[in-house]
Amino acid sequence: MSTPASESSRTVAKPRRGRRFQAPKLPRPRIPRRDRGLLKEEEVVPWSIGDRIGLAAAWFSGLLLCAIAASIVIYMLVRGLQYVNLSAIGEHPIVQSTTQITGTSGGYLDPIEGTLILTTLGILIALPIGVATAVWLSEYARPAWLARAVESGVEIVAGTPTIVLAIFGLLIFSKGIFGFLSFTAQGGAVFGRSFFIAGIMMSLIALPLVVGSTREALQSIPAHVREASYALGKDKISTIRRVLLPASRKGIATGATLGMGRIAGDTAIVVILLGASLTLQPYGGTPVLGTLRGTGSTLTSFVYANSPAGEGNSPTKAYAAAFVLLVIVILMNFVVDLFSRQRSDPWAR
Amino acid sequence: MRRRSGLQKAGPRNRTDQRAELLLGALACVVLVLIAGMIVFVFAKAWPSFSHNGFDWFSPWAGGNVDEELTNIFESPANPSQFVYTMHAWPLIYSTALITLGAIVIGTGFALLSAMFIVEFAPPALQKVLEPVVRLLAAVPSVIYGLIGILVIVPFVGNHLITQGAKDSVAGVIGLSGASWGVGVLILTVMITPIMIAIVVDALRAVPIGWREGSVSLGVNRWRALWTVSVRAARPAIVAAAVLATARALGEAIMLSMVTGSVGFAPNPLDGVIFFVEPARPLAATIVDNAEGLSVAPFEQTLYAFASVLLVSAAFLSFGGWYIRRRLRRYTLSPI
Repeated sequence: MSTPASESSRTVAKPRRGRRFQAPKLPRPRIPRRDRGLLKEEEVVPWSIGDRIGLAAAWFSGLLLCAIAASIVIYMLVRGLQYVNLSAIGEHPIVQSTTQITGTSGGYLDPIEGTLILTTLGILIALPIGVATAVWLSEYARPAWLARAVESGVEIVAGTPTIVLAIFGLLIFSKGIFGFLSFTAQGGAVFGRSFFIAGIMMSLIALPLVVGSTREALQSIPAHVREASYALGKDKISTIRRVLLPASRKGIATGATLGMGRIAGDTAIVVILLGASLTLQPYGGTPVLGTLRGTGSTLTSFVYANSPAGEGNSPTKAYAAAFVLLVIVILMNFVVDLFSRQRSDPWAR
Repeated sequence: MRRRSGLQKAGPRNRTDQRAELLLGALACVVLVLIAGMIVFVFAKAWPSFSHNGFDWFSPWAGGNVDEELTNIFESPANPSQFVYTMHAWPLIYSTALITLGAIVIGTGFALLSAMFIVEFAPPALQKVLEPVVRLLAAVPSVIYGLIGILVIVPFVGNHLITQGAKDSVAGVIGLSGASWGVGVLILTVMITPIMIAIVVDALRAVPIGWREGSVSLGVNRWRALWTVSVRAARPAIVAAAVLATARALGEAIMLSMVTGSVGFAPNPLDGVIFFVEPARPLAATIVDNAEGLSVAPFEQTLYAFASVLLVSAAFLSFGGWYIRRRLRRYTLSPI
């Protein structure tokens, strides 16, 4: 930056009449030749070695991320399109004995149904509790110590491993008083594994997501909206029902969709709490209730069972089911994207 | 977090409203009841396993083969007075810590750099693609990562990276098939990094633009401004992201049981390069692998002991993260 003043005075252009004023052109600061490629015009301080290493590392990890993402998506796409056949989606899986592994027969209708049932059930349980918790935390939160306890409670639930939730569910729902939720063996031992029970435990992994995004939506509503409602004579709960909840619909929907994605992708709870049956095994004669009280499988447990780690060991079926699962997850992600893209500030004045 | 005015908490009140508040509060407390129940029931179930083994349960010097101990517990006589409880779980605890720490250390650095790339250096077109892709990767179910791991990466490592000589050298102790804690760390890193990237990107974006402008106007280059101002201001979010990712890594059961070889073995750093391809099995994977044994009483109690260790670690993690965030928040304007 050692530009002599005389040098700059030489190049100043004289403003002419009738033209727009142009800023005088100053000479550019001298940039060492070795830095010219790297620098933008306005950056004068040369890059130190550490800065360059950091920049290179950032580019490297960014490009590595692209490469990993692309390879996973392309690999699953290729394998999926290779092995998925549309007729198999409508067929029931055929349970094979462990000695005879052919891996060619049977579809994956039941796992798809299982995923849909479990996702719906889980989110139906998580939504009311989650929204109520979020509303209470955001609008009431009295007494303060209880609010803080609930807040950290939600955080702990979010951090609890799903496998722990799964065997805790097994422990609770094998008790006699919960016998109506699942299969009861002769002699009164409760099986403790059914769609109901898996759905209840699944709702816990969706709960923190629902609470988080509903709270965020409620807190982004400015105070004057509430004040306007109070000024019109509404009490608090009607304000919540008529003003705040409708305004935070998108936040609730985002949380619910994220939660459904997590439920659809979880394996540990399904493996432990849904029984080990590959097909839907209703318990009792009632159509819907019987299925919910019975056992089954989902896409995740189907993939696990057909991977080399499970009993089935037929990778082609595992790839096909994983592809269907991935498509479901991508669709849910797309829905979340739609919600977040539409979000504008309706309260902006 | 946005400061709330007092008016948000106030508002007109009547009988209906008070009833509604009670109802909502009761629903919110469901979570607390559940956590209390979980802690009480799981610990009550796990207690015999701890009390029979004492400190040997956790001790690195207790010795013994975990898989043999599990078999003995599973085959213990039906008479409650003759139940076998001997369990020296150190290899499992050690594997859990090794895999989780490995993935978190690599993943945090990778996630931070990637987030900086996305926020600052990526060309706009790439940026527009990368953000949805990161969210997608964060949502991919772990069983799919496990499937790719067990069908692609494990055979590759087993066939191409491990020499026959290396396999023979440890043949008496363990088999090196490629399923190993190293592969587990690799896939776990890929799995948890997108979660961290999403949070850190949001936090870096939330740093007030004036702070960056201030540093740039003082003549600092783009990297330095990002590194010294934005990243520092986003520290609470980085900690939050790392805590969330650690919780996921700690509890990851299915994927790790698929790719880590499922052998109750403590990988030994003294083995040299082989160390990285030695099999292991973390606590969560042990529970999934042995879930069929839950009908045998002492075996069930041992599995609940594993679960209670995981539960305590998760609770400590969440409190630790909260404490660090509170400490850091004094220096910054927290975006979360």
